[in-house]
Amino acid sequence: MATNFQIERRDQGAVRVLALDGYLDAHTAPHFENAIQEEMQAGNLNLIADCGGLTYISSAGLGVFMSFIEEIREAGGDIKLAAIAPKVYQVFEVLGFPALFDILDTVEAAEAKFAEGGRKEF
Amino acid sequence: MPSFEKTFSLKVPSSTENLAMIRDFVSNIGVQVGFNEGEVARLALAVDEACANVIEHAYGLEATHDVTIRAVVDDDTLRFEIIDTGRGFDPAQMHPQEVEELIRQRKSGGLGLRLIRTIMDDVQYRIVPGEKNELRMVKKLKKH
Repeated sequence: MATNFQIERRDQGAVRVLALDGYLDAHTAPHFENAIQEEMQAGNLNLIADCGGLTYISSAGLGVFMSFIEEIREAGGDIKLAAIAPKVYQVFEVLGFPALFDILDTVEAAEAKFAEGGRKEF
Repeated sequence: MPSFEKTFSLKVPSSTENLAMIRDFVSNIGVQVGFNEGEVARLALAVDEACANVIEHAYGLEATHDVTIRAVVDDDTLRFEIIDTGRGFDPAQMHPQEVEELIRQRKSGGLGLRLIRTIMDDVQYRIVPGEKNELRMVKKLKKH
């Protein structure tokens, strides 16, 4: 069965954008986990998850953000989320993610937030 | 007694690649009984979480077992029953942790049950030792 999840990675200014497309569930979450791990190993610590193409997320997908954020912030970076569709956003919201992560309307806004140097703490 | 009851079943191998098929099954039923798009999405999420738990925890990610999803519709409720024959666990013994706490511990799990309890109106677990485990999740139907 084809996996309906892809990640396209690109540099945008001083940040690294991971554009997520398709669904992020327990089956596809390891793919995302590997991608973040590779970025961290390459020294890319300012990451934007462009969720514009994300059609679905379950706790397995949310767990990927949770398991890396502390380490990335300790190293001086951050993961910011952008362009989440309303249907997907409700899952982030129900678990209180907006208080813990920067979630912006667009990738450009997330990039600007990095430029400002601000980030959420907990 | 309810005046009518309709049952739909899906039985799939215990592999995470079947979660998408399970969500489609749940979504089709949710639409059929009159839930809106957002509600259907939440129902699919709750059942996905339950089945992902079964695959990961009850079967230890072995894809050689079965997961059965039964949807029962009556006058008042839509009920999902997730049945497996793996290692049983009792969600009542689980204490959901705050997301913040999980992040501090660099944990990625522990949220599925919280989502299920948030989405569904009633959640019950039944273990028949050596036979099966059954998670029952009930959502009240909207009255027209």
